[in-house]
Amino acid sequence: MTDPPSKDKKDFVTGVDSNARKSPRRVVFVTRRTSAQVKAVDEDQVQTFPEVLFRALVAIEVLSILLVWIALLFNAPLEGVADPSHTPNPAKAPWYFLGLQEMLHYFPPVVAGVLVPTLVIIALIVIPYFNINIEAEGLFLQDRQSRLRICYVVAVAMSLFLTYFHVYVALVPTLIVIAFMLLAAQSSPQSASPFRRYLAAQPLSYWIMTWFLFELVVLTVVGTFFRGPGWSWVWPWRN
Amino acid sequence: MAKTAAEYFENLRESRVWRSIFRSGTGTSTLHRSLAIQQNIFLHLFSTKVRRRMLNFSATWYLGTLTFGTFVILVVTGILLMLYYHPSVPQAYADTKDLQFVVSSGLFLRNLDRWSAHAMVLLVFAHMFKVFYRGAYRPPREFNWVIGVVLLLLTLLLSYTGYLLPWDQLAFWAITVGSNIASAVPLLGNKIHFLLLGGNLVNANALLRFYVLHCMILPLAAFFFIGIHFWRIRKDGGLYTQQSEPAAVRPQPVGKEAQ
Ligand code: HEM
Repeated sequence: MTDPPSKDKKDFVTGVDSNARKSPRRVVFVTRRTSAQVKAVDEDQVQTFPEVLFRALVAIEVLSILLVWIALLFNAPLEGVADPSHTPNPAKAPWYFLGLQEMLHYFPPVVAGVLVPTLVIIALIVIPYFNINIEAEGLFLQDRQSRLRICYVVAVAMSLFLTYFHVYVALVPTLIVIAFMLLAAQSSPQSASPFRRYLAAQPLSYWIMTWFLFELVVLTVVGTFFRGPGWSWVWPWRN
Repeated sequence: MAKTAAEYFENLRESRVWRSIFRSGTGTSTLHRSLAIQQNIFLHLFSTKVRRRMLNFSATWYLGTLTFGTFVILVVTGILLMLYYHPSVPQAYADTKDLQFVVSSGLFLRNLDRWSAHAMVLLVFAHMFKVFYRGAYRPPREFNWVIGVVLLLLTLLLSYTGYLLPWDQLAFWAITVGSNIASAVPLLGNKIHFLLLGGNLVNANALLRFYVLHCMILPLAAFFFIGIHFWRIRKDGGLYTQQSEPAAVRPQPVGKEAQ
Protein backbone atom coordinates (compact mmCIF):
# COMPACT_ATOMS: atom_id res chain seq x y z
CA MET A 1 0.00 0.00 0.00
CA THR A 2 1.20 3.53 -0.66
CA ASP A 3 1.38 6.10 2.09
CA PRO A 4 -1.29 8.77 2.13
CA PRO A 5 -0.03 11.97 0.49
CA SER A 6 1.68 14.23 2.98
CA LYS A 7 -0.25 17.26 4.20
CA ASP A 8 2.04 20.06 3.02
CA LYS A 9 2.30 19.06 -0.65
CA LYS A 10 -0.45 19.79 -3.12
CA ASP A 11 -1.67 16.54 -4.49
CA PHE A 12 -3.52 17.90 -7.50
CA VAL A 13 -3.03 20.44 -10.24
CA THR A 14 -5.54 23.10 -11.06
CA GLY A 15 -5.89 25.08 -14.24
CA VAL A 16 -7.25 22.28 -16.33
CA ASP A 17 -10.72 23.09 -17.48
CA SER A 18 -13.34 20.61 -16.38
CA ASN A 19 -15.90 21.89 -18.84
CA ALA A 20 -16.34 19.08 -21.33
CA ARG A 21 -17.66 21.41 -24.04
CA LYS A 22 -14.63 23.64 -23.93
CA SER A 23 -11.89 21.15 -23.46
CA PRO A 24 -12.83 17.58 -24.21
CA ARG A 25 -9.92 16.17 -22.28
CA ARG A 26 -10.87 15.18 -18.73
CA VAL A 27 -8.44 15.05 -15.89
CA VAL A 28 -8.82 13.03 -12.76
CA PHE A 29 -8.46 15.22 -9.71
CA VAL A 30 -6.66 13.39 -7.00
CA THR A 31 -7.52 15.16 -3.78
CA ARG A 32 -6.16 14.28 -0.39
CA ARG A 33 -9.10 12.20 0.58
CA THR A 34 -9.31 10.06 -2.49
CA SER A 35 -6.67 7.86 -3.89
CA ALA A 36 -6.12 6.99 -7.49
CA GLN A 37 -4.95 3.58 -6.50
CA VAL A 38 -7.43 0.76 -6.73
CA LYS A 39 -7.30 -0.77 -3.30
CA ALA A 40 -9.34 -3.88 -4.03
CA VAL A 41 -7.29 -6.96 -4.58
CA ASP A 42 -7.88 -9.01 -7.68
CA GLU A 43 -9.22 -12.16 -6.18
CA ASP A 44 -9.14 -15.62 -7.47
CA GLN A 45 -12.50 -16.15 -9.16
CA VAL A 46 -14.29 -19.20 -10.49
CA GLN A 47 -17.04 -19.59 -13.05
CA THR A 48 -20.54 -19.99 -11.67
CA PHE A 49 -21.11 -22.60 -14.35
CA PRO A 50 -20.11 -25.27 -13.61
CA GLU A 51 -18.26 -24.81 -10.32
CA VAL A 52 -20.77 -23.01 -8.10
CA LEU A 53 -23.84 -24.73 -9.46
CA PHE A 54 -22.16 -28.09 -9.02
CA ARG A 55 -21.31 -27.39 -5.40
CA ALA A 56 -24.79 -26.07 -4.65
CA LEU A 57 -26.21 -29.21 -6.23
CA VAL A 58 -24.00 -31.46 -4.12
CA ALA A 59 -24.98 -29.57 -0.95
CA ILE A 60 -28.69 -29.89 -1.75
CA GLU A 61 -28.17 -33.55 -2.71
CA VAL A 62 -26.57 -34.35 0.65
CA LEU A 63 -29.38 -32.55 2.46
CA SER A 64 -31.99 -34.44 0.43
CA ILE A 65 -30.40 -37.78 1.26
CA LEU A 66 -30.41 -36.87 4.93
CA LEU A 67 -34.07 -35.78 4.85
CA VAL A 68 -35.18 -38.83 2.86
CA TRP A 69 -33.41 -41.00 5.39
CA ILE A 70 -35.18 -39.22 8.28
CA ALA A 71 -38.51 -39.52 6.44
CA LEU A 72 -37.99 -43.27 6.05
CA LEU A 73 -37.13 -43.75 9.71
CA PHE A 74 -39.53 -41.43 11.52
CA ASN A 75 -43.24 -40.95 10.92
CA ALA A 76 -44.85 -37.54 11.06
CA PRO A 77 -47.26 -37.35 14.00
CA LEU A 78 -50.96 -37.83 13.33
CA GLU A 79 -53.39 -37.76 16.22
CA GLY A 80 -57.15 -38.25 16.38
CA VAL A 81 -59.46 -36.11 14.27
CA ALA A 82 -59.80 -32.49 15.38
CA ASP A 83 -62.28 -32.20 18.22
CA PRO A 84 -63.14 -28.67 19.40
CA SER A 85 -64.86 -30.03 22.53
CA HIS A 86 -61.79 -31.84 23.80
CA THR A 87 -58.84 -29.60 24.69
CA PRO A 88 -55.52 -31.39 25.12
CA ASN A 89 -53.49 -30.27 28.11
CA PRO A 90 -51.17 -28.60 27.37
CA ALA A 91 -52.22 -27.30 23.94
CA LYS A 92 -48.96 -26.33 22.27
CA ALA A 93 -48.23 -24.21 19.20
CA PRO A 94 -45.64 -25.46 16.65
CA TRP A 95 -42.16 -25.60 18.20
CA TYR A 96 -40.85 -22.38 16.63
CA PHE A 97 -43.61 -20.45 18.42
CA LEU A 98 -43.10 -22.11 21.79
CA GLY A 99 -40.67 -19.37 22.87
CA LEU A 100 -43.58 -16.97 22.37
CA GLN A 101 -45.98 -19.27 24.16
CA GLU A 102 -43.55 -19.52 27.06
CA MET A 103 -43.60 -15.71 27.31
CA LEU A 104 -47.40 -15.71 27.19
CA HIS A 105 -47.19 -17.66 30.40
CA TYR A 106 -45.67 -14.63 32.16
CA PHE A 107 -46.94 -11.57 30.34
CA PRO A 108 -50.34 -10.47 29.02
CA PRO A 109 -50.96 -11.37 25.36
CA VAL A 110 -50.62 -7.76 24.17
CA VAL A 111 -47.06 -7.71 25.46
CA ALA A 112 -45.85 -11.24 24.76
CA GLY A 113 -47.90 -11.94 21.66
CA VAL A 114 -48.01 -8.60 19.89
CA LEU A 115 -45.53 -6.06 21.27
CA VAL A 116 -42.48 -8.31 21.59
CA PRO A 117 -42.73 -10.00 18.16
CA THR A 118 -43.37 -6.65 16.49
CA LEU A 119 -40.35 -5.11 18.19
CA VAL A 120 -38.18 -8.09 17.26
CA ILE A 121 -39.16 -7.80 13.58
CA ILE A 122 -38.57 -4.04 13.57
CA ALA A 123 -35.23 -4.52 15.34
CA LEU A 124 -34.15 -7.09 12.74
CA ILE A 125 -35.15 -4.83 9.85
CA VAL A 126 -33.30 -1.76 11.12
CA ILE A 127 -29.99 -3.51 11.92
CA PRO A 128 -28.27 -2.54 8.65
CA TYR A 129 -29.49 1.05 8.79
CA PHE A 130 -27.52 2.11 11.85
CA ASN A 131 -23.97 3.28 11.43
CA ILE A 132 -23.05 1.88 14.80
CA ASN A 133 -23.77 -1.58 13.40
CA ILE A 134 -21.87 -0.84 10.21
CA GLU A 135 -18.73 0.37 11.93
CA ALA A 136 -19.11 -2.32 14.60
CA GLU A 137 -16.36 -1.13 16.96
CA GLY A 138 -15.74 -3.12 20.12
CA LEU A 139 -18.33 -1.93 22.62
CA PHE A 140 -15.94 -1.04 25.43
CA LEU A 141 -13.04 0.27 23.35
CA GLN A 142 -14.30 3.86 23.65
CA ASP A 143 -15.92 5.73 26.55
CA ARG A 144 -15.36 2.63 28.62
CA GLN A 145 -16.48 4.13 31.94
CA SER A 146 -19.76 5.62 30.79
CA ARG A 147 -20.65 2.63 28.64
CA LEU A 148 -19.92 0.32 31.53
CA ARG A 149 -22.22 2.42 33.69
CA ILE A 150 -25.05 2.14 31.13
CA CYS A 151 -24.40 -1.58 30.98
CA TYR A 152 -24.79 -1.88 34.76
CA VAL A 153 -28.03 0.13 34.75
CA VAL A 154 -29.53 -1.98 31.96
CA ALA A 155 -28.41 -5.19 33.68
CA VAL A 156 -29.97 -4.25 37.03
CA ALA A 157 -33.18 -2.98 35.42
CA MET A 158 -33.62 -6.13 33.34
CA SER A 159 -32.84 -8.43 36.26
CA LEU A 160 -35.38 -6.64 38.49
CA PHE A 161 -37.98 -6.72 35.74
CA LEU A 162 -37.54 -10.42 35.01
CA THR A 163 -37.43 -11.32 38.71
CA TYR A 164 -40.56 -9.30 39.41
CA PHE A 165 -42.47 -11.32 36.80
CA HIS A 166 -40.74 -14.57 37.88
CA VAL A 167 -39.25 -15.11 34.42
CA TYR A 168 -36.22 -16.98 35.77
CA VAL A 169 -35.99 -18.89 32.49
CA ALA A 170 -35.10 -15.67 30.71
CA LEU A 171 -33.12 -14.26 33.62
CA VAL A 172 -30.42 -16.95 33.48
CA PRO A 173 -29.37 -16.29 29.84
CA THR A 174 -29.48 -12.54 30.52
CA LEU A 175 -27.11 -12.86 33.48
CA ILE A 176 -24.74 -15.10 31.52
CA VAL A 177 -24.57 -12.64 28.61
CA ILE A 178 -24.02 -9.76 31.05
CA ALA A 179 -21.20 -11.68 32.73
CA PHE A 180 -19.49 -12.04 29.35
CA MET A 181 -20.02 -8.34 28.65
CA LEU A 182 -18.31 -7.44 31.91
CA LEU A 183 -15.47 -9.76 31.00
CA ALA A 184 -15.28 -7.99 27.63
CA ALA A 185 -15.08 -4.64 29.44
CA GLN A 186 -12.06 -5.96 31.33
CA SER A 187 -10.42 -7.17 28.12
CA SER A 188 -8.65 -5.27 25.39
CA PRO A 189 -7.08 -6.00 22.00
CA GLN A 190 -3.83 -6.47 23.94
CA SER A 191 -5.19 -9.16 26.27
CA ALA A 192 -3.12 -12.31 26.47
CA SER A 193 -5.93 -14.77 25.84
CA PRO A 194 -7.36 -14.94 22.30
CA PHE A 195 -10.85 -15.42 23.70
CA ARG A 196 -10.67 -12.13 25.61
CA ARG A 197 -9.26 -10.35 22.57
CA TYR A 198 -12.26 -11.74 20.68
CA LEU A 199 -14.70 -10.50 23.35
CA ALA A 200 -13.11 -7.05 23.43
CA ALA A 201 -13.68 -6.65 19.69
CA GLN A 202 -17.42 -7.37 19.80
CA PRO A 203 -19.79 -4.46 19.05
CA LEU A 204 -23.12 -3.64 20.66
CA SER A 205 -25.14 -5.40 17.94
CA TYR A 206 -23.21 -8.60 18.63
CA TRP A 207 -24.20 -8.54 22.29
CA ILE A 208 -27.87 -7.82 21.60
CA MET A 209 -28.12 -10.44 18.86
CA THR A 210 -26.31 -13.06 20.94
CA TRP A 211 -28.61 -12.36 23.86
CA PHE A 212 -31.60 -12.68 21.51
CA LEU A 213 -30.31 -15.97 20.07
CA PHE A 214 -29.64 -17.33 23.55
CA GLU A 215 -33.13 -16.38 24.80
CA LEU A 216 -34.74 -17.75 21.64
CA VAL A 217 -33.05 -21.12 22.09
CA VAL A 218 -33.64 -21.35 25.85
CA LEU A 219 -37.30 -20.28 25.74
CA THR A 220 -38.04 -22.58 22.79
CA VAL A 221 -36.36 -25.56 24.45
CA VAL A 222 -38.16 -24.89 27.73
CA GLY A 223 -41.53 -24.50 25.99
CA THR A 224 -40.97 -27.67 23.96
CA PHE A 225 -39.57 -30.07 26.53
CA PHE A 226 -40.08 -28.67 30.02
CA ARG A 227 -43.75 -27.73 30.00
CA GLY A 228 -46.57 -30.12 30.88
CA PRO A 229 -50.23 -29.91 31.95
CA GLY A 230 -51.32 -26.38 32.81
CA TRP A 231 -47.95 -25.17 31.53
CA SER A 232 -46.35 -26.50 34.72
CA TRP A 233 -42.66 -27.31 34.84
CA VAL A 234 -41.83 -30.95 34.03
CA TRP A 235 -38.55 -32.78 33.59
CA PRO A 236 -38.59 -34.44 30.18
CA TRP A 237 -36.62 -37.48 31.39
CA ARG A 238 -39.11 -38.29 34.19
CA ASN A 239 -41.87 -40.79 33.26
CA MET B 1 -12.38 -46.27 -24.43
CA ALA B 2 -14.97 -45.33 -21.90
CA LYS B 3 -16.20 -41.79 -22.08
CA THR B 4 -16.22 -39.73 -18.94
CA ALA B 5 -19.44 -38.24 -17.63
CA ALA B 6 -18.13 -34.82 -18.53
CA GLU B 7 -17.69 -35.89 -22.16
CA TYR B 8 -21.21 -37.24 -22.29
CA PHE B 9 -22.44 -33.96 -20.92
CA GLU B 10 -20.45 -32.02 -23.53
CA ASN B 11 -21.94 -34.20 -26.29
CA LEU B 12 -25.38 -33.57 -24.91
CA ARG B 13 -24.75 -29.83 -24.92
CA GLU B 14 -23.70 -30.04 -28.57
CA SER B 15 -26.84 -31.82 -29.66
CA ARG B 16 -29.27 -29.92 -31.82
CA VAL B 17 -32.12 -30.20 -29.36
CA TRP B 18 -30.09 -28.90 -26.44
CA ARG B 19 -28.81 -26.02 -28.51
CA SER B 20 -32.33 -25.11 -29.53
CA ILE B 21 -33.27 -24.81 -25.86
CA PHE B 22 -30.21 -23.19 -24.35
CA ARG B 23 -28.92 -20.17 -26.17
CA SER B 24 -25.41 -20.31 -24.82
CA GLY B 25 -23.72 -22.72 -27.21
CA THR B 26 -21.14 -25.28 -26.23
CA GLY B 27 -17.55 -25.28 -25.21
CA THR B 28 -15.59 -25.09 -22.03
CA SER B 29 -14.11 -21.67 -22.64
CA THR B 30 -14.69 -18.94 -20.09
CA LEU B 31 -16.87 -17.16 -22.62
CA HIS B 32 -19.15 -20.14 -23.09
CA ARG B 33 -19.37 -20.79 -19.40
CA SER B 34 -20.29 -17.16 -18.80
CA LEU B 35 -22.90 -17.37 -21.54
CA ALA B 36 -24.38 -20.47 -19.91
CA ILE B 37 -25.28 -18.26 -16.95
CA GLN B 38 -26.05 -15.02 -18.75
CA GLN B 39 -28.24 -16.47 -21.47
CA ASN B 40 -30.53 -18.40 -19.13
CA ILE B 41 -33.53 -16.61 -17.70
CA PHE B 42 -33.18 -18.34 -14.32
CA LEU B 43 -29.43 -18.59 -14.02
CA HIS B 44 -28.85 -15.00 -15.04
CA LEU B 45 -29.99 -14.07 -11.54
CA PHE B 46 -26.49 -15.14 -10.54
CA SER B 47 -23.21 -13.58 -11.48
CA THR B 48 -21.09 -15.44 -14.00
CA LYS B 49 -18.10 -15.54 -11.67
CA VAL B 50 -17.70 -15.66 -7.92
CA ARG B 51 -14.75 -15.27 -5.59
CA ARG B 52 -13.24 -18.66 -4.95
CA ARG B 53 -12.93 -18.27 -1.20
CA MET B 54 -16.66 -17.60 -0.87
CA LEU B 55 -17.17 -21.21 -1.93
CA ASN B 56 -15.42 -22.45 1.19
CA PHE B 57 -17.76 -24.16 3.55
CA SER B 58 -16.70 -21.83 6.36
CA ALA B 59 -17.80 -18.73 4.43
CA THR B 60 -21.55 -19.38 4.47
CA TRP B 61 -21.89 -22.97 5.73
CA TYR B 62 -24.07 -23.19 2.58
CA LEU B 63 -27.03 -22.34 4.78
CA GLY B 64 -28.82 -20.14 2.23
CA THR B 65 -28.33 -22.79 -0.44
CA LEU B 66 -29.65 -25.49 1.88
CA THR B 67 -32.67 -23.35 2.82
CA PHE B 68 -33.41 -23.10 -0.88
CA GLY B 69 -32.95 -26.87 -1.15
CA THR B 70 -35.59 -27.53 1.49
CA PHE B 71 -37.90 -25.10 -0.30
CA VAL B 72 -37.56 -27.04 -3.56
CA ILE B 73 -38.21 -30.36 -1.78
CA LEU B 74 -41.27 -28.83 -0.14
CA VAL B 75 -42.68 -27.60 -3.44
CA VAL B 76 -42.27 -31.04 -5.03
CA THR B 77 -43.62 -33.10 -2.11
CA GLY B 78 -46.32 -30.49 -1.49
CA ILE B 79 -47.65 -30.68 -5.04
CA LEU B 80 -47.74 -34.48 -4.86
CA LEU B 81 -49.60 -34.35 -1.55
CA MET B 82 -52.14 -31.93 -3.03
CA LEU B 83 -53.18 -34.65 -5.48
CA TYR B 84 -54.62 -36.67 -2.60
CA TYR B 85 -55.95 -33.97 -0.33
CA HIS B 86 -59.29 -32.14 -0.06
CA PRO B 87 -59.32 -29.06 2.16
CA SER B 88 -62.70 -29.78 3.71
CA VAL B 89 -63.93 -31.01 7.07
CA PRO B 90 -63.78 -33.90 7.86
CA GLN B 91 -62.44 -35.13 4.48
CA ALA B 92 -59.04 -33.54 5.17
CA TYR B 93 -58.41 -35.86 8.07
CA ALA B 94 -59.60 -38.90 6.14
CA ASP B 95 -57.27 -37.95 3.26
CA THR B 96 -54.35 -37.62 5.64
CA LYS B 97 -55.15 -41.04 7.07
CA ASP B 98 -55.30 -42.44 3.53
CA LEU B 99 -51.92 -40.91 2.79
CA GLN B 100 -50.66 -42.59 5.90
CA PHE B 101 -52.08 -46.06 5.18
CA VAL B 102 -53.48 -46.40 1.65
CA VAL B 103 -51.68 -44.25 -0.94
CA SER B 104 -48.44 -45.88 -2.06
CA SER B 105 -45.51 -43.90 -0.70
CA GLY B 106 -48.05 -41.52 0.84
CA LEU B 107 -46.53 -42.00 4.25
CA PHE B 108 -43.08 -41.26 2.89
CA LEU B 109 -44.28 -38.15 1.04
CA ARG B 110 -45.99 -36.81 4.11
CA ASN B 111 -42.98 -37.53 6.33
CA LEU B 112 -40.62 -35.85 3.87
CA ASP B 113 -42.84 -32.77 3.61
CA ARG B 114 -43.18 -32.51 7.37
CA TRP B 115 -39.52 -32.98 8.26
CA SER B 116 -38.35 -30.74 5.44
CA ALA B 117 -40.66 -28.01 6.73
CA HIS B 118 -39.06 -28.25 10.17
CA ALA B 119 -35.63 -28.27 8.55
CA MET B 120 -36.45 -25.16 6.53
CA VAL B 121 -37.44 -23.20 9.63
CA LEU B 122 -34.26 -24.27 11.40
CA LEU B 123 -32.10 -23.51 8.38
CA VAL B 124 -33.60 -20.09 7.70
CA PHE B 125 -32.87 -19.05 11.29
CA ALA B 126 -29.37 -20.48 11.08
CA HIS B 127 -28.79 -18.66 7.77
CA MET B 128 -29.95 -15.37 9.28
CA PHE B 129 -27.63 -15.64 12.28
CA LYS B 130 -24.72 -16.73 10.08
CA VAL B 131 -25.26 -13.71 7.82
CA PHE B 132 -25.45 -11.47 10.87
CA TYR B 133 -22.32 -12.80 12.53
CA ARG B 134 -20.26 -12.36 9.41
CA GLY B 135 -21.53 -8.81 9.15
CA ALA B 136 -22.97 -9.36 5.68
CA TYR B 137 -25.92 -7.02 6.27
CA ARG B 138 -23.65 -4.04 5.62
CA PRO B 139 -24.33 -1.61 2.76
CA PRO B 140 -25.05 -2.12 -0.06
CA ARG B 141 -26.71 -5.27 1.25
CA GLU B 142 -29.15 -3.56 3.65
CA PHE B 143 -32.15 -4.17 1.51
CA ASN B 144 -31.27 -7.77 0.83
CA TRP B 145 -31.22 -8.25 4.59
CA VAL B 146 -34.72 -6.73 4.74
CA ILE B 147 -35.86 -9.08 1.97
CA GLY B 148 -34.35 -11.82 4.12
CA VAL B 149 -36.52 -10.78 7.05
CA VAL B 150 -39.56 -10.99 4.74
CA LEU B 151 -38.44 -14.49 3.72
CA LEU B 152 -38.08 -15.45 7.38
CA LEU B 153 -41.67 -14.39 8.04
CA LEU B 154 -42.90 -16.14 4.89
CA THR B 155 -41.14 -19.33 5.98
CA LEU B 156 -42.76 -19.21 9.41
CA LEU B 157 -46.17 -18.53 7.89
CA LEU B 158 -45.77 -21.34 5.35
CA SER B 159 -44.95 -23.78 8.10
CA TYR B 160 -47.69 -22.48 10.36
CA THR B 161 -50.44 -22.67 7.71
CA GLY B 162 -49.31 -26.18 6.78
CA TYR B 163 -49.64 -27.25 10.39
CA LEU B 164 -53.46 -27.07 10.25
CA LEU B 165 -53.94 -29.14 7.11
CA PRO B 166 -53.93 -32.69 8.62
CA TRP B 167 -56.94 -31.58 10.69
CA ASP B 168 -56.00 -33.73 13.67
CA GLN B 169 -55.99 -32.71 17.34
CA LEU B 170 -52.38 -31.52 17.15
CA ALA B 171 -53.17 -29.27 14.18
CA PHE B 172 -56.43 -27.92 15.52
CA TRP B 173 -55.14 -26.89 18.93
CA ALA B 174 -51.82 -25.56 17.75
CA ILE B 175 -53.63 -23.22 15.38
CA THR B 176 -56.20 -22.34 18.04
CA VAL B 177 -53.44 -21.36 20.47
CA GLY B 178 -51.53 -19.45 17.80
CA SER B 179 -54.45 -17.60 16.26
CA ASN B 180 -55.73 -16.51 19.68
CA ILE B 181 -52.62 -14.34 19.91
CA ALA B 182 -54.01 -12.31 17.01
CA SER B 183 -56.99 -11.38 19.18
CA ALA B 184 -54.61 -9.58 21.53
CA VAL B 185 -53.79 -6.90 18.97
CA PRO B 186 -55.22 -3.66 20.37
CA LEU B 187 -58.46 -2.42 18.76
CA LEU B 188 -58.33 -4.60 15.63
CA GLY B 189 -57.55 -7.90 17.37
CA ASN B 190 -60.89 -9.61 16.95
CA LYS B 191 -61.25 -8.38 13.39
CA ILE B 192 -57.84 -9.79 12.44
CA HIS B 193 -58.67 -13.04 14.19
CA PHE B 194 -61.93 -13.28 12.25
CA LEU B 195 -60.22 -12.44 8.96
CA LEU B 196 -57.54 -15.06 9.52
CA LEU B 197 -59.95 -17.86 10.38
CA GLY B 198 -63.04 -16.86 8.43
CA GLY B 199 -64.97 -17.22 11.68
CA ASN B 200 -64.57 -16.94 15.41
CA LEU B 201 -63.22 -20.46 15.80
CA VAL B 202 -60.90 -22.71 13.84
CA ASN B 203 -63.40 -24.36 11.48
CA ALA B 204 -63.89 -25.44 7.88
CA ASN B 205 -63.44 -21.86 6.65
CA ALA B 206 -60.14 -21.59 8.48
CA LEU B 207 -58.99 -24.83 6.88
CA LEU B 208 -59.82 -23.52 3.41
CA ARG B 209 -58.08 -20.19 4.06
CA PHE B 210 -54.98 -21.86 5.41
CA TYR B 211 -54.97 -24.22 2.42
CA VAL B 212 -55.11 -21.36 -0.07
CA LEU B 213 -52.39 -19.48 1.81
CA HIS B 214 -50.24 -22.58 2.18
CA CYS B 215 -50.52 -23.91 -1.36
CA MET B 216 -50.91 -20.73 -3.41
CA ILE B 217 -50.27 -17.34 -1.96
CA LEU B 218 -47.33 -17.93 0.34
CA PRO B 219 -45.34 -20.18 -2.03
CA LEU B 220 -45.77 -17.66 -4.84
CA ALA B 221 -44.67 -14.84 -2.54
CA ALA B 222 -41.69 -16.92 -1.42
CA PHE B 223 -40.69 -17.61 -5.05
CA PHE B 224 -40.93 -13.92 -5.82
CA PHE B 225 -38.82 -12.80 -2.88
CA ILE B 226 -36.25 -15.59 -3.25
CA GLY B 227 -35.84 -14.40 -6.85
CA ILE B 228 -35.16 -10.86 -5.70
CA HIS B 229 -32.91 -12.16 -2.90
CA PHE B 230 -30.68 -14.05 -5.36
CA TRP B 231 -30.63 -11.25 -7.91
CA ARG B 232 -29.67 -8.74 -5.23
CA ILE B 233 -26.65 -10.86 -4.28
CA ARG B 234 -25.32 -10.33 -7.81
CA LYS B 235 -26.26 -6.65 -7.86
CA ASP B 236 -24.65 -6.07 -4.48
CA GLY B 237 -21.35 -7.33 -5.81
CA GLY B 238 -21.42 -10.94 -4.73
CA LEU B 239 -21.11 -12.28 -1.24
CA TYR B 240 -19.73 -10.11 1.51
CA THR B 241 -16.08 -10.93 2.08
CA GLN B 242 -14.76 -8.83 4.90
CA GLN B 243 -15.40 -10.36 8.29
CA SER B 244 -15.21 -13.50 10.33
CA GLU B 245 -13.05 -15.39 7.97
CA PRO B 246 -9.88 -17.00 9.17
CA ALA B 247 -7.04 -14.50 8.85
CA ALA B 248 -5.18 -16.90 6.60
CA VAL B 249 -7.66 -16.50 3.77
CA ARG B 250 -8.00 -12.73 4.01
CA PRO B 251 -6.68 -10.91 0.96
CA GLN B 252 -3.03 -10.00 1.24
CA PRO B 253 -2.03 -6.35 0.97
CA VAL B 254 -1.47 -5.22 -2.58
CA GLY B 255 2.30 -5.01 -2.25
CA LYS B 256 2.66 -8.67 -1.47
CA GLU B 257 0.09 -9.78 -4.00
CA ALA B 258 1.84 -8.22 -6.97
CA GLN B 259 4.73 -10.59 -7.45
C1 HEM C 1 -36.30 -18.65 2.19
C2 HEM C 1 -35.34 -18.12 2.84
C3 HEM C 1 -33.95 -17.78 2.31
C4 HEM C 1 -33.26 -18.30 1.24
C5 HEM C 1 -33.68 -19.42 0.30
C6 HEM C 1 -31.99 -17.60 1.20
C7 HEM C 1 -30.98 -17.89 0.29
C8 HEM C 1 -29.74 -17.26 0.29
C9 HEM C 1 -28.58 -17.71 -0.44
C10 HEM C 1 -28.52 -18.98 -1.31
C11 HEM C 1 -27.58 -16.84 -0.19
C12 HEM C 1 -26.17 -16.97 -0.73
C13 HEM C 1 -25.11 -17.18 0.32
C14 HEM C 1 -25.43 -17.97 1.54
O1 HEM C 1 -25.79 -19.15 1.42
O2 HEM C 1 -25.31 -17.39 2.63
C15 HEM C 1 -28.11 -15.80 0.66
C16 HEM C 1 -27.42 -14.69 1.09
C17 HEM C 1 -27.93 -13.72 1.94
N1 HEM C 1 -29.07 -13.84 2.70
FE1 HEM C 1 -30.50 -15.24 2.44
N2 HEM C 1 -31.95 -16.66 2.19
C18 HEM C 1 -33.11 -16.73 2.90
C19 HEM C 1 -33.45 -16.00 4.02
C20 HEM C 1 -32.69 -14.96 4.54
C21 HEM C 1 -32.93 -14.29 5.79
C22 HEM C 1 -34.02 -14.66 6.79
C23 HEM C 1 -31.99 -13.30 5.90
C24 HEM C 1 -31.78 -12.27 7.00
C25 HEM C 1 -32.68 -11.71 7.69
C26 HEM C 1 -31.17 -13.34 4.71
C27 HEM C 1 -30.15 -12.47 4.42
C28 HEM C 1 -29.19 -12.69 3.46
C29 HEM C 1 -28.14 -11.76 3.12
C30 HEM C 1 -27.93 -10.36 3.71
C31 HEM C 1 -27.36 -12.40 2.17
C32 HEM C 1 -26.11 -11.83 1.48
C33 HEM C 1 -24.93 -12.33 2.21
C34 HEM C 1 -23.65 -11.80 1.62
O3 HEM C 1 -23.68 -10.85 0.83
O4 HEM C 1 -22.61 -12.35 1.97
N3 HEM C 1 -31.60 -14.38 3.91
N4 HEM C 1 -29.43 -16.09 0.95
